[in-house]
Amino acid sequence: MIVAKRKPLGEIADMIAPYKKITVIGCRSCVAICLAGGEKEVKMLVSALKVKNKKEGRKQQFEALVVERQCEKEWIQEVEDKILDSDLVLSMACSLGAQTIGDNYPHKLAFPALNTGIFGVPEEQGVWSEKCVGCGNCIIHTTGGICPIARCAKSMLNGPCGGSSDGHCEVNLEIDCAWYAIHERLKLQNRLELIEQVSAPKDWSTSHSGGRRTYVREDAKLTQHQKKGKGAVR
Amino acid sequence: MKAGSNLERVFESGKFVVTAEIGPPQSANPEPLVHHAKMLKGYADAFNLTDNQTAVVRLSSIASAAIVMREGVEPVIQMTCRDRNRIALQSDLLGASALGVRNVLCLTGDHQIFGNEKGAKSVFDFDSISELQVFDRLRREGKQVGGGEIKDPPKVYLGCAENPFATPYEFRASRLAKKVAAGADFCQTQAIFDMDLFEKWMDEVRSRGLDKKIHILAGVIPMKTAGAARYMKNKVPGMIVPNHIIDRMKNAKDSKEEGIRLCVEQIETLKKMKGVHGIHIMAVMWEDIVPRIVEEAGLLPRPTF
Repeated sequence: MIVAKRKPLGEIADMIAPYKKITVIGCRSCVAICLAGGEKEVKMLVSALKVKNKKEGRKQQFEALVVERQCEKEWIQEVEDKILDSDLVLSMACSLGAQTIGDNYPHKLAFPALNTGIFGVPEEQGVWSEKCVGCGNCIIHTTGGICPIARCAKSMLNGPCGGSSDGHCEVNLEIDCAWYAIHERLKLQNRLELIEQVSAPKDWSTSHSGGRRTYVREDAKLTQHQKKGKGAVR
Repeated sequence: MKAGSNLERVFESGKFVVTAEIGPPQSANPEPLVHHAKMLKGYADAFNLTDNQTAVVRLSSIASAAIVMREGVEPVIQMTCRDRNRIALQSDLLGASALGVRNVLCLTGDHQIFGNEKGAKSVFDFDSISELQVFDRLRREGKQVGGGEIKDPPKVYLGCAENPFATPYEFRASRLAKKVAAGADFCQTQAIFDMDLFEKWMDEVRSRGLDKKIHILAGVIPMKTAGAARYMKNKVPGMIVPNHIIDRMKNAKDSKEEGIRLCVEQIETLKKMKGVHGIHIMAVMWEDIVPRIVEEAGLLPRPTF
């Protein structure tokens, strides 16, 4: 899932300081599961901002909402009135949510309350770690199911580097060395021959390096006729 | 004097500046560079050595600069942000300065999608404006971007490029202002074919007083064929080639001669434009034509100090 983290309260307060009527919108998807922008976090942020405002003698009006998926315009349209009626939307979704609001209501302001970080996996309660960077060309079948692009600090294809120490990464000894883990995993699977060959340079054109990406599923797209029909139902 | 380069001296003297380009070869052979340096010496005040232009692998711009300097030609090295992070860019700046390179053109760089290494990973740690800011601080204060001290700072004159023909047009003068604020001493523009749009940009540049803060070199490209004009119009992002120019090339009996005439006429117009302090001739794959253009435009002899 997409894992995000709330910005520090002071930074949010500074960002929204010039605005009076603020709608805070959370999201019930990824950011709710990673405890950053779900219903509970929206309520907590609003009350923290109110307390801060009271202490500092600032007057702002808050409305707290949560939508199912803020990255989809259909869900945002359900709270359109609230968006149009506010000076500012403070989005507690990942950056996709804030951008979807901005792209659909370009004259309105939608500011981010979260920092969007990683494609991550919950390791234990309250701990998420990055395991994918969306390079667009998955190779984990050759690396024991462990992604070296996301999990190695140098995104090496022929690791581990000379800095691997006791299975840890030279960048931070708290972090596992991805290539050490790949080696151990392949050994366990009796497939070590996979990393004995030289891996050729990666083609990065499928990643962000190739420019902004759009994925299209032709078979899933609606025809003009269907689009019109759908519009009529709504 | 910031760097004491010939280019800086000609700008400071108030004379109309001429720069041109030498494209490094796609090989490890220095001969084409030596050949062009010998042929072009004395026809421009400094020569750009392009940095893997259009993302095609070529002999490096810094090595090329060292080679042409042996022939007595002053280089302007182009340094793009596409292939080097801040460590490599700062290091190469020190290296270039140590070799005697005194002019550096800061560019973001063409995306690798245009070149012959489409699978390359983008670096773009900086963009051209952050590069200028970092290089300017490095030369003035001897401070790296990370705060580290540099004992003997590089001595360089810093340039930038700006494209009046890229959208949004209304932002293009502001973007030049940002480059001025970031420390650029001179600016080379994208090749000019749409003179009206260029005038408009210059109006805005002058009304903001930017022409007093940065030396502007107007870019020109001599064309050999109407096909080249059409290619630039249709395939090169951020280039405007009006139809009347394509028609003129198409209808010419001798399109090469017409291309030269057109370029000389453009230079004549640009020479009279207030705030334009020189021209930059980008004779891509046609370096041999530069001496004739400079001569016919009445820009010889070049000043010496």
